[in-house]
Amino acid sequence: MLGYILRRILAVIPVMLLVAVFVFALLRLTPGDPAAIIAGDMATPAQLERIREAMGLNQPLHIQFITWVGQLLRGDLGTSLISNTPVSSMIAARFGPTLSIALLTILMSVCLAVPMGVIAAWKHRSAADYAVMSFSVLGFSVPVFVIGYVFILIFSLKLGWFPVQGYTPISSGLGPFLLNAFLPALTLTTIYVALIARMTRANMLEVLGEDYIRTARAKGAPERRVLFRHALKNAAVPILTVIGTGFALLIGGVVVTETVFNIPGIGRLTVDAILARDYPVIQAMILLTSFLYVLVNLVIDLSYSFFDPRIRY
Amino acid sequence: MAQDTQPASAMQPLLRLIRLPNFGIAPKIAALVLLVIVVLTLLAPWIVPHDPLAMDPLVRLKGPMEGHPLGTDNFGRDILSRVLIGGRLSLAIGIATAIVAVALGLVIGMVAGFFRTADAIIMRMMDALMAIPSILLAIALVALNGPSVGSVIAAITIPEIPRVVRLVRAVVLAAREEPYVEAAIALGSSMPKILIRHLVPNTLAPLIVQGTYILASAILTEAILSFLGAGVSTETPTWGNIMAEGRMFFRIKPELILYPGLMLSLCILAINLLGDAARDMLDPRLKKRAG
Amino acid sequence: MLFKSRNFDNADIALQAESLTVALPDTPGQPQVLKGIDVTIRQGETVCLVGESGSGKSVTSLAIMGLLPEALKVANGKINLQGQNLLPLTQAQMRELRAARVAMIFQEPMTALNPVLRVGDQIMEVMELHTRLGQSERRKRAKAIMEQVHLPDVDRIFRSYPHQLSGGQRQRIMIAMALVLEPVLLIADEPTTALDVTTQKQILSLIDELQQKHGTAVLFITHDMGVVAEIADTVYVMKHGEIVEHAPVEQLLRHPREEYTHKLLSAVPSLSPRDPRPAGSEVVLSVERLNKIYGGGGILRKLPQAHAAKDVTFTLTRGRTLGIVGESGSGKSTVARCIMRLIDPSSGRIMLDGSDIASLSRGALRPHRKKLQVVFQDPMRSLNPRWTIAQSLIEGPLNYGTSRRDALAEAKRLMGVVGLPEDSLNRYPHQFSGGQRQRIAIARAVMMRPDVLVADEAVSALDVSVQAQVLALLDQLQQEFGIAIVFITHDLRVAAQICDDVIVMQRGEVVEHGPAGEVLGAPAHAYTRALIDAAPGRDWDFQNFRSMSETENAQPA
Repeated sequence: MLGYILRRILAVIPVMLLVAVFVFALLRLTPGDPAAIIAGDMATPAQLERIREAMGLNQPLHIQFITWVGQLLRGDLGTSLISNTPVSSMIAARFGPTLSIALLTILMSVCLAVPMGVIAAWKHRSAADYAVMSFSVLGFSVPVFVIGYVFILIFSLKLGWFPVQGYTPISSGLGPFLLNAFLPALTLTTIYVALIARMTRANMLEVLGEDYIRTARAKGAPERRVLFRHALKNAAVPILTVIGTGFALLIGGVVVTETVFNIPGIGRLTVDAILARDYPVIQAMILLTSFLYVLVNLVIDLSYSFFDPRIRY
Repeated sequence: MAQDTQPASAMQPLLRLIRLPNFGIAPKIAALVLLVIVVLTLLAPWIVPHDPLAMDPLVRLKGPMEGHPLGTDNFGRDILSRVLIGGRLSLAIGIATAIVAVALGLVIGMVAGFFRTADAIIMRMMDALMAIPSILLAIALVALNGPSVGSVIAAITIPEIPRVVRLVRAVVLAAREEPYVEAAIALGSSMPKILIRHLVPNTLAPLIVQGTYILASAILTEAILSFLGAGVSTETPTWGNIMAEGRMFFRIKPELILYPGLMLSLCILAINLLGDAARDMLDPRLKKRAG
Repeated sequence: MLFKSRNFDNADIALQAESLTVALPDTPGQPQVLKGIDVTIRQGETVCLVGESGSGKSVTSLAIMGLLPEALKVANGKINLQGQNLLPLTQAQMRELRAARVAMIFQEPMTALNPVLRVGDQIMEVMELHTRLGQSERRKRAKAIMEQVHLPDVDRIFRSYPHQLSGGQRQRIMIAMALVLEPVLLIADEPTTALDVTTQKQILSLIDELQQKHGTAVLFITHDMGVVAEIADTVYVMKHGEIVEHAPVEQLLRHPREEYTHKLLSAVPSLSPRDPRPAGSEVVLSVERLNKIYGGGGILRKLPQAHAAKDVTFTLTRGRTLGIVGESGSGKSTVARCIMRLIDPSSGRIMLDGSDIASLSRGALRPHRKKLQVVFQDPMRSLNPRWTIAQSLIEGPLNYGTSRRDALAEAKRLMGVVGLPEDSLNRYPHQFSGGQRQRIAIARAVMMRPDVLVADEAVSALDVSVQAQVLALLDQLQQEFGIAIVFITHDLRVAAQICDDVIVMQRGEVVEHGPAGEVLGAPAHAYTRALIDAAPGRDWDFQNFRSMSETENAQPA
């Protein structure tokens, strides 16, 4: 068991290293002087020199890479070119809102999507199935910010149920937090539900055609038991997988949604960094989110064996 | 667990397992809607009532009025003209991305599926590329290369490639085990011949489906990039750019986001529905049932 | 042959199907899958439902269980279980009945158990659904029934997951689950088809034993006449959704009334080896000390090794057939794939017409490929579904410089030889039946005029009547072209009919090697004896409608 976990963790290292190489190469392999690219067309030579100094661009590539990875391993994500503060503390200050909205989204999505997918597969080709599938196609087709604005338009401006924008931390009470966080989470939930419901349905359809489902019915098991005890546990692994890979989608969605709802999270931080060409922040955000993605998928990988005894430690 | 499971817009072999319920007329309506959108945007330069860039300070943020069927934006530009013209670039970027991503993915996936030594390296690189959230990667690429159409296409294409590679590789690996491929080896067919004549045709059907999903995904991503300020330069109208500019005036004039949003969503919806229909049609398992 | 000859005329009727008709209501013309069949099963009786694929055997069993797929509907008739008609029952009433009064076991023990639940829980679930027994009582009964199906180490297996058990053990679990509530009727749908022959024998005698102990009525569905001879009291022969005839087992096997039954029985290959052909002198293939070792290596920990083929040695002369027989995992397919160089042998020599091809590179191998062709088991997958038959047939000759015109002419000629119409060439594989596709695959191999043809379970997926035709075709082609055949099979009857020499393999090793008559007629090795002993119906000569001893007496050697 411990050996298995260790091997899984070790397998993550080359992937993270490659991510680091990609991120490193992004700036260095872009044609032109990296400092000039970051500073923009209007930069003075002094500004360029300051950027080169700050990012170590004067040294040979391999030295730069080693120094940079060394800094990363010590938790040093670099320094913002704009505010001159360490990127890590900027991220730390903005992490709370994003995390709480992301968790709320995942919670709402899984609670909605899994039953939707199960019912759609069970009542294959029924009106319920068509409804779920139509919703999921729609969820994939409308840009997340359009969904956000439509929600604001309906629920905030027309109905006045929620504040238009803004954020209240959960420490100020669950009620105020939910009032602000519900619409952004609902926006993100729309796409995430579309993804998970579709995948749940597909895998349930597959599993419901298996021999052991026929066996369960031949035992006289009622449908609910067949669906939830026999089928869903077998479909769990691919559903978990899609929740994990969908995490990348969630990150992209967070960046956009925080902009729409004006939430001071790391998504907003990223957008501000783009507009200000604050490359160290952009770079750190890519690394951090990739790391989170790998981490989330590692945890999901390790949890497979809980659902499927054939996946051995 | 190398299951590829990404958003619809960038969809996967697993998706082939999912059958969209047969709406019957849905694909036909989708095709019609898409046709209308494509024709309108193609003919846009000749049919739009105004120059999409022409400003008119006298009619800023007006509702529908004579000469401006959908009203005007904050510079007094005609919304209808901008939305129709804007679709041209959005669609072009989508099509270019789909073609480049599928072509590159096919070649890399074939290599990975057939040469074991290359496979390990390629797939680790694809894993790493998959780990980087595609929106952030695209943002960084555009931020570094400037807001040109070319860099936007590159920025959207690169994150799509791993999915195509995985798909092609999975198809090749599965087909390699087929007795008819082993029989071809026994019949003395050379590897390149087997690859091209037996294996490539197997990838075509899923690739066509994948291509439509990438097309939809690319149009969506272009809009998001523009919305975040990392898209094609704001002087050129695209659906994303129009919506990005509309953000500031959302409370006064939500139409600035809703009209291009509606066009964009209809377009992507139609493409996704057609992709699903194509998948159902091309799924060999369904064909078997019919034959 | 000792048939069951119990009389059930006075026993209570357990199940009676009366003019049972099942149709496809949503298909144009509403074709009938079952056309008004009558079946009666009495208490304690074993009724065998026998027929080829598509005859409607499985539909019958699913109709009784009320588990028909959605597309199928019972259109007419009655299914009476101890006098109670099941068809008007609601879903909930049917559920109460399943496992409690009618239980079922299936063909594939590997997939019939839920992979994510412990087998003990799966047995206990039956009691949870149908009884009010407490947890500990349920556990006690589950373990008791597991003892009854002779599972070893019951406490450990009770806590195991299906993947930790062998196929035979899983089928025992299925039987335990089916019988734990002592149902009136047990339906067994090809329960031993997926199992090795030695395991099959154990499962058949287990079903027999439990049936006598509990007085259960058994409806046993099979395509295998050998199994019928072993287990049936009464036999119903099915064809295209109809009962052709039914009779007590011995009567049916000795004096079949209907032409179809006659044909079906005649197609069962005999276990007595055919007369050997004169041994040729020209060696076309010789294999020396062939080894294949899988696994080993591994970066972080050493992976276990599997010796799939151990020092396999044999020679094959022109025009002869060598059978390699063994159960699953014996390494017979590994040997075939090594000879074909679809996998690379770990060591040893493969001499083909005088040159060693064991270690040639892909490129250097190509000139030799021509002489060595293959026919696979699965006729559905052995032809490229996107290619016409003509394209498939001429692929090989074109690779070796034959002109397209000559290749097509030859393809046309061979279509005639394998008994398919000429216009088959322009059609696609899905337009042909399994047997026809296997003929095409054989024609494709023969196009190359090979010296050696490797047939890897080439008739195993076919119905017996089709099997006989394909075997006859191979024989004919062998005579016409002087091809030597390496015939891989798990089926001793097939081996007896086609092989001149036989190799018996067990766990990668050759345990016996010799002329077919000696190996199958007077086996020297214990494993070979066990294999022959386990072949169902081995004492009956199906083709001559009499027992083997009667046959031997009729024509003294």
